[in-house]
Amino acid sequence: MFIARVIGEVVSTIEHPTLRDKKLLVVEKLTERGDPTGDSQLAVDSVSAGEGDTVLVLDEGSSAGLVTNLDNPPIRTVIVGVIDSIDIED
Amino acid sequence: MNLGRVVGTVVSTRKDEKLVGTKLQVVRQIDPEGNETGAFVVAVDAVGAGTGEVVLYASGSSARQTTITADRPADAVIMAIVDSIEIGGESVYTK
Amino acid sequence: MHLCRVIGTVWATVKVDTLTGYRLLVVQPVSHDLTEKGYPVVAVDTVSAAPGQLVYIVKSREASKALEEPFNPVDAAIVGIVDELRTSS
Repeated sequence: MFIARVIGEVVSTIEHPTLRDKKLLVVEKLTERGDPTGDSQLAVDSVSAGEGDTVLVLDEGSSAGLVTNLDNPPIRTVIVGVIDSIDIED
Repeated sequence: MNLGRVVGTVVSTRKDEKLVGTKLQVVRQIDPEGNETGAFVVAVDAVGAGTGEVVLYASGSSARQTTITADRPADAVIMAIVDSIEIGGESVYTK
Repeated sequence: MHLCRVIGTVWATVKVDTLTGYRLLVVQPVSHDLTEKGYPVVAVDTVSAAPGQLVYIVKSREASKALEEPFNPVDAAIVGIVDELRTSS
């Protein structure tokens, strides 16, 4: 999983059937310190995340199937949590 | 998938037995205009490509999803020989 | 999934049998501000995308799951066409 910030949303009507009714958010990867990396991806939202939220993003297909309750979906990036805080020991 | 040009063949006598019978090609990655990107892979050939040909190769566990590579230890497979490429309406490569 | 701009088409007669009938498009990965990032890749089209369109692709093994025949050596597939992209940064 990686840490990211929700920075936007994609609206799409023509898409693969398994993605219908799924909310697609634009997420920007963060360092473990919460600094933006400039690297963005699209992720399926499963926790009603909103813009500005720091989120936990899964990046593996079998797990994505578990979270979305789909059998072998063509999806590997799913937001699985909204992060309250991260404690890093120096 | 990435575009690549076949530049050679790997010969290996002592190898994993599941690789016996496969053809291993050295593929240099190229961009659509044919410029080398600097990356290269050794890929199992599933389509009978020859040296010099522009091909498509797939990487990762997808590479095992051909009849040639199924259940074999392969992480890159040549799965198509490119006839032509068009970019922005213009032909940039023809075999 | 990754945002990409469709920039071209690849034709290949000789390919694994399981890919017969699929279109192969050249896509340029772009960032959320639509600047290009990295080299173009070739993706299987599952949504009838056209050159110039902004799309999103799924990469690696999950890409093959977008095809009717998932036993396919595919590591990039176009799975949607973007109507609207809203970003704050």
